[in-house]
Amino acid sequence: MFYRESGQFKSSYVADQAIFPIAQDRWFIFAVLAVAYLVVPIVANEYWLQAVIIPFLVFAMAAIGLNLLTGYAGQLSLGTGAFMAVGAYATYKLVTMFPELNVIAAFLISGLIAAGVGVVFGIPSLRIKGFYLAVATLAAQFFLSWLFNKVGWFYNYNPSGTITAPPRMMAGIMVTGPEATAAVRYLVALTLVAVFALAAKNLVRGRIGRSWMAIRDMDIAAEIIGIRPFQTKLLAFAISSFYCGVAGAMTLFLWLGSAETEAFNIDVSFQVLFMVIIGGLGSILGSFLGAAFITLVPVFLTNAPQMFGITMATDLQKHLEVMIFGGLIIYFLIVEPHGFARLWQIAKEKLRRWPFPY
Amino acid sequence: MEILYSIVVAPFVDMWTSPVFFSEVVISGVLTGVMYSLVALGFVLIFKASGVFNFAQGAMVLFAALTLVGLMEHGVPVWLALILTMLVMVALAIAIERLMLRPLVNQEHIILFMATIGLTFFLEGLGELMWGSNVKMLDVGIPSESFEVGGILLNEFDLYAAAIGAALVTVLAVFFHKTSVGRALRAVADDHQAALSVGIPLKTIWIIVWSVAGIVAMVAGIMWGAKSGVQFSLSLIALKALPVLILGGFTSVPGAIVGGLIIGVGEKVAEIYWGPLVGGAIENWFAYMLALAFLLFRPQGLFGERIIERV
Repeated sequence: MFYRESGQFKSSYVADQAIFPIAQDRWFIFAVLAVAYLVVPIVANEYWLQAVIIPFLVFAMAAIGLNLLTGYAGQLSLGTGAFMAVGAYATYKLVTMFPELNVIAAFLISGLIAAGVGVVFGIPSLRIKGFYLAVATLAAQFFLSWLFNKVGWFYNYNPSGTITAPPRMMAGIMVTGPEATAAVRYLVALTLVAVFALAAKNLVRGRIGRSWMAIRDMDIAAEIIGIRPFQTKLLAFAISSFYCGVAGAMTLFLWLGSAETEAFNIDVSFQVLFMVIIGGLGSILGSFLGAAFITLVPVFLTNAPQMFGITMATDLQKHLEVMIFGGLIIYFLIVEPHGFARLWQIAKEKLRRWPFPY
Repeated sequence: MEILYSIVVAPFVDMWTSPVFFSEVVISGVLTGVMYSLVALGFVLIFKASGVFNFAQGAMVLFAALTLVGLMEHGVPVWLALILTMLVMVALAIAIERLMLRPLVNQEHIILFMATIGLTFFLEGLGELMWGSNVKMLDVGIPSESFEVGGILLNEFDLYAAAIGAALVTVLAVFFHKTSVGRALRAVADDHQAALSVGIPLKTIWIIVWSVAGIVAMVAGIMWGAKSGVQFSLSLIALKALPVLILGGFTSVPGAIVGGLIIGVGEKVAEIYWGPLVGGAIENWFAYMLALAFLLFRPQGLFGERIIERV
């Protein structure tokens, strides 16, 4: 009754090709953005921003990146954490070497550096496919984290081996470093994610996105209709790593403040892959839903016993958390293997016909 | 020039001038390789029969070892604890088939892969919940004296490990090729639908395969646990077994063995002769790079089935 496109006539091709052709979708997105920009910074406290909302944005960024590679181009990768590390370390080096450089510019340049590294590790994808490729991308994961640990140049020969986000101003406001407030960091992260999500949404419906999907569905057939597999796959690796690199830079500068290679270990790679699959392969919206789910569930599990007034030993609780998390993932895969994005689709179909059953 | 010399020439000179040390390195590599193979074997069994890339193999190793140690700590004699652990692994296989594989039948490979990662979390949590997370020593009575043969120092324990690994592979080979269940397993591995149409019960086969993989995991858990203690890091050896797996090919039992040996030896030799040049600790990623180099020439691994693609 409320959600249907009847009466919305398109009088130009531009209107017909809009990203959100249905007016209600557009309003919904504007409403979400308005709430995110105006209400959240006022309502949310420091803990919520730091522990839930900023990690959600960081992981949403990484999940979009991996979704472009795995969901759209069909190349399974377990190296997300490593590409995020490249972004974080590159930004750190850029910002400390050129103190005058704008932080956002540093983010984007290190995204490009991560893209270059991604291309190098994407080269085997032309010959290796499926799980063989997934294991091969683990080479990136282990090699890069070894490299960042071993070579002192990357962490400026800091004896503790950690990298710390230096304080930097932008337009007179502290955006990174220990003095930047969570609200400011949140707004910077939100802007980055919003812009890049829009870019990704546009990317996947254009020529590049369609050639990725052709490669995903069957690369030999795609080759026959004139898509160059090598360039297309490498482009997917490059753009995906760009997103992951920016996400890594956000992790260091806008979320954690200081980090070691451990912050980008293989668990991060798996987490992002979970987000992509639970959210829905081949869906930008799904990346957000998956990121929200995977960041919220552990927070919920940690706080749940207190909510219900149960007290238990911390290690017991930790093990239970891990167990329930694993169980939940299996459960969701069984209930809806195509992820939250599919559930959203079904809900939309239902809404259209409501109040009629069919 | 000097750098080039230290990379290309010096290590080989070292090998040539102290052959005893070199053979010690190689032998210890071979023995570690056998241990890797034991873990990789579990992966291969499941991948062959059900097409599932079972990431939980490492967690199964940890779970089996924890169960065994936990039972022994409660005063159960070794032989009984072994049998009970085996039963637990079979029960686990049945539960996995019922609760996880059956509802996910016909889903894409990546979904099943993700489900096994979920299973990894579940098993790690469950194992530590039941038996605690302290490092435990596992002693099943394998002697570990060191002795010398022709100037080369050997450890009895490693030899036993190699012997057990060899025995396990032989038993599996006989099981696969001589028994009717083994034949059914190979049929399922070849083609699920054709196997179903000639009356092979797919569900039973899956339970058998997961049970066998569970028992292989138990053996691997005993060997690794006796070597380095039963602790959480045991589940990380799955990450060590993955390069072995892609090197040998996902579908080949001999591949898992040969791959394990190549990785074991390559890793040890590289660590000792080339490691110091780049600052050491290259064991973590060297195996992956080695496997990657092989894959560029044989994308399906050394012994994997040829990948044939058609439009």
